[in-house]
Amino acid sequence: MSALTKADLAEMLYEELGFNKREAKELVELFFEEIRTALETNEHVKLSGFGNFDLRDKTSRPGRNPKTGEEIPISARRVVTFRPGQKLKARVENYAGTNQ
Amino acid sequence: MTKSELIERIAEQQDQLSLKDVELAVKLMLEHMSQVLAAGERIEIRGFGSFSLHYRAPRVGRNPKTGDSVELTGKYVPHFKPGKEMRDRVNESIQH
Repeated sequence: MSALTKADLAEMLYEELGFNKREAKELVELFFEEIRTALETNEHVKLSGFGNFDLRDKTSRPGRNPKTGEEIPISARRVVTFRPGQKLKARVENYAGTNQ
Repeated sequence: MTKSELIERIAEQQDQLSLKDVELAVKLMLEHMSQVLAAGERIEIRGFGSFSLHYRAPRVGRNPKTGDSVELTGKYVPHFKPGKEMRDRVNESIQH
């Protein structure tokens, strides 16, 4: 099963909006880059109808190397979480999950 | 950052497309990504992350107002897993 990629999104902009291939590729790159840049500068991202990308700060906690069982501290870190919007949740909920 | 701010920022970063074109493109991309997920397919954006569906099993829930139990059917929910570059860049911002 093949997943949707940046190349597929660029192809879609080329076909649907008549962008040339270079413009389409650049736009797709900028879309994801501007979201990363916002998150990296501690800004939450709210894309109505799709969802929100939020940031959460985690405190340090004791961890373990699963192979050796050795204890290693996991340092405090900032992570990105995605909260899907109502509209996206409603659209996805009814997916029947058939895999034939 | 909201969707309209994202559109403005993308428009500022390039000089070929009008603000209107960028707006159409961003809306179309989000619509297409939603459609793909609604069809049960994955999205994989290298360096950003992947979107997929996670299954939630049927369960008996409760109406928080009345306390009545309600049968909830199984459903799918969208899930996002950040990619390595995303994780690293966001986590580096905590050090500054």
